[in-house]
Amino acid sequence: MAGTALRGRLTWQVAKVLAVSAETPSVRTIMLDVPGWPGHQAGQHVDIRLTDEDGYVAERSYSIASAPGEPVALTVERLDDGEVSPYLTDELRAGDELELRGPIGGYFVWEPEDGGPLLLLAGGSGIVPLRSILRHRERTGSTVPVRLVYSSRTLDDVIYRGELDKPAEGVEVIHTLTRHQPPGWAGYARRVDAGLLAEVAWPASMMPLAYVCGPTSFVEAASQALVRSGDQPQRVKTERFGGTGGT
Amino acid sequence: MDAVDGNAIGGLLREVFDAEMTTTVSVCGSCGTARQVGELAVYAHAPGTVVRCPSCDNVLMVFVTIHDRTCVDLMGLASLG
Amino acid sequence: MSPVSRGFHRRRQDSADNAGRVPPGQYVTKDFPVLSAGPTPHTPLDRWSFAVGRRGRQKSWSWAEFRDLPSEDVTVDIHCVTKWTKLDTAWQGVSLDTLLDLAGHDGPFAMAHCDGGYTTNLPVEDLTGGKAWVAYAYDGQPLEPEHGGPARLLVPHLYFWKSAKWVRSLEFMDTDDPGFWENYGYHIYGDPWREQRYAGD
Repeated sequence: MAGTALRGRLTWQVAKVLAVSAETPSVRTIMLDVPGWPGHQAGQHVDIRLTDEDGYVAERSYSIASAPGEPVALTVERLDDGEVSPYLTDELRAGDELELRGPIGGYFVWEPEDGGPLLLLAGGSGIVPLRSILRHRERTGSTVPVRLVYSSRTLDDVIYRGELDKPAEGVEVIHTLTRHQPPGWAGYARRVDAGLLAEVAWPASMMPLAYVCGPTSFVEAASQALVRSGDQPQRVKTERFGGTGGT
Repeated sequence: MDAVDGNAIGGLLREVFDAEMTTTVSVCGSCGTARQVGELAVYAHAPGTVVRCPSCDNVLMVFVTIHDRTCVDLMGLASLG
Repeated sequence: MSPVSRGFHRRRQDSADNAGRVPPGQYVTKDFPVLSAGPTPHTPLDRWSFAVGRRGRQKSWSWAEFRDLPSEDVTVDIHCVTKWTKLDTAWQGVSLDTLLDLAGHDGPFAMAHCDGGYTTNLPVEDLTGGKAWVAYAYDGQPLEPEHGGPARLLVPHLYFWKSAKWVRSLEFMDTDDPGFWENYGYHIYGDPWREQRYAGD
C-alpha cells in the first residue's frame, strides 16, 4: 500500500473540508475528505491550489498532520502577511472545496522498520510532519524510543499541546520556549543549540535517526548543532519550510 | 532568500518525471558530491525553480513553467538516479 | 478549469489612480518580494568593484570611486515577470549614461555579470538616455543584500529580472546573447508593456 502511494502520475483533485479546528490562536487543523485517497506515509505532504474569480492561482505545500490510516488532516499556521495561510485559517469552513495533490515526498518519511532511537527536532509549525510520525508510531505499536525537542515562541504557540502533554509510552517531549515563558517555567528557554542537544539528544553511539523540521533558519542551526555533537549526517533528515512554513 | 529542501518540490518533480524523485541520488557535475534529491538546495522564489548543490552551489536543475508546459534543464548534474 | 475557491482573493492594491501604470497581466503589491536563483552573496565593500567594457579593456571603479561619481535620486515603477508591480520605488544610483560616457561604448549589446554567477543581457540603447542606473540605495537606505546590495542594475522599463542584483560588470557584446533566465526560455528583451515574458511572446 505504501509503495503505490509513491509511483505514478500525480493529479490535482478536489477535496472537501470536513472541519476546521483551532490548535492555537493562529493555527488551525483542517480535516479533509479526499476521494480515492491512496493512503500516505508519515512525513509526507500535499500541495494545495486555490483559484480566485479572476483565475489567479496560488499554490502551497503543507505537511500531513494525521497518521497513515487516519483521515487527511493539514495543520496551517496563519502568517500575518501571507496570501494563502490567512485564507485557510480564517475563511475556510466545512463544506468548502480546495484542490489538492498528493501524497508527496519519499525523503522525509519514517516507517517503524526504519528503527531508531528517534530524535525529532521541531521549530514552530515544523512539528506537523513529526506529529504524523508520532501518531504512526503509536498506531503501529512500535516501541522505538523517541525524544522530541520542540521549539516554540511561547506556551500558547505550542501546537497539539494537549496531545504532547500525554505522550505515548517511550516518547519524551522536551519543550523550549524562546520568546516568553510562563511564571515558574522550569524548562528550556532558548533556541535549540549544541548545548541543549548535548543535554537531551540520544548519544551518538546509539546511532539515532534524526528528523529536523521548521523554518530554514531553525533547521540550519539545529542540524549544524546536531552534526557538531557527533550525529552522522546520513542519519539526519531535514525539511526546511521557506520563511515560516509557506504563506 | 532562504533555500528550501528538494522535498519541497516533490510535487513539481512528480509532475516532470512522473515518478517520486526525492530519494533518487543525484551527483553534482561540478564537485561530484552525491546526495538524495530531497537534500538539495531549492530556490523556489524566482522566475523559475533553481536547484543547487548544497556543497558548491552549482546549478543542478532549473525548472521553468512557460504557458502551462514545464521545462527542465539538468545540465548541471553528472547523473541522476 | 479549476473550481473557484470560495472567498479567496489574491493580495492586491487596486485603485483607479493606478490606471495606465500597470502593464497587462500585472497586479500591484505593497510588498517588495525577494526572488532569487541562488544564495545571497555578501561581498565586502573593500573587495567590490564595478567594471564596464570588454574583457581586457575595462574601465573599473572601486566602491569609494564609484560613490564619488555623480548620482541621481529616481522614483520608478518596477514590474516583475512573476506578475507583481510595485509603484513609486525610490532609488539612488549612478546613471548608466554617466558610466558609459566614462567607459565608452564598445558594442550594441551588453551582458551584466553578477556575484553568484547571475547574468542578463540588454541592448546598450536600453541602458542609455536616462533609462538605467547602477543603484546602491533603496528608500533612502543602503541597498540590502537580499535586494541586490551593495549595488544592482536598475532598468525599470523592462521586466525586473533584467535589473540584475549584485552586478559587478557590464561586458559589451556584438550579438544579443542570452543571460541566465533568457537561456531557460524567458524573453530575450522583456518589455512588460508588450507582455514579453517568454521567448516567442
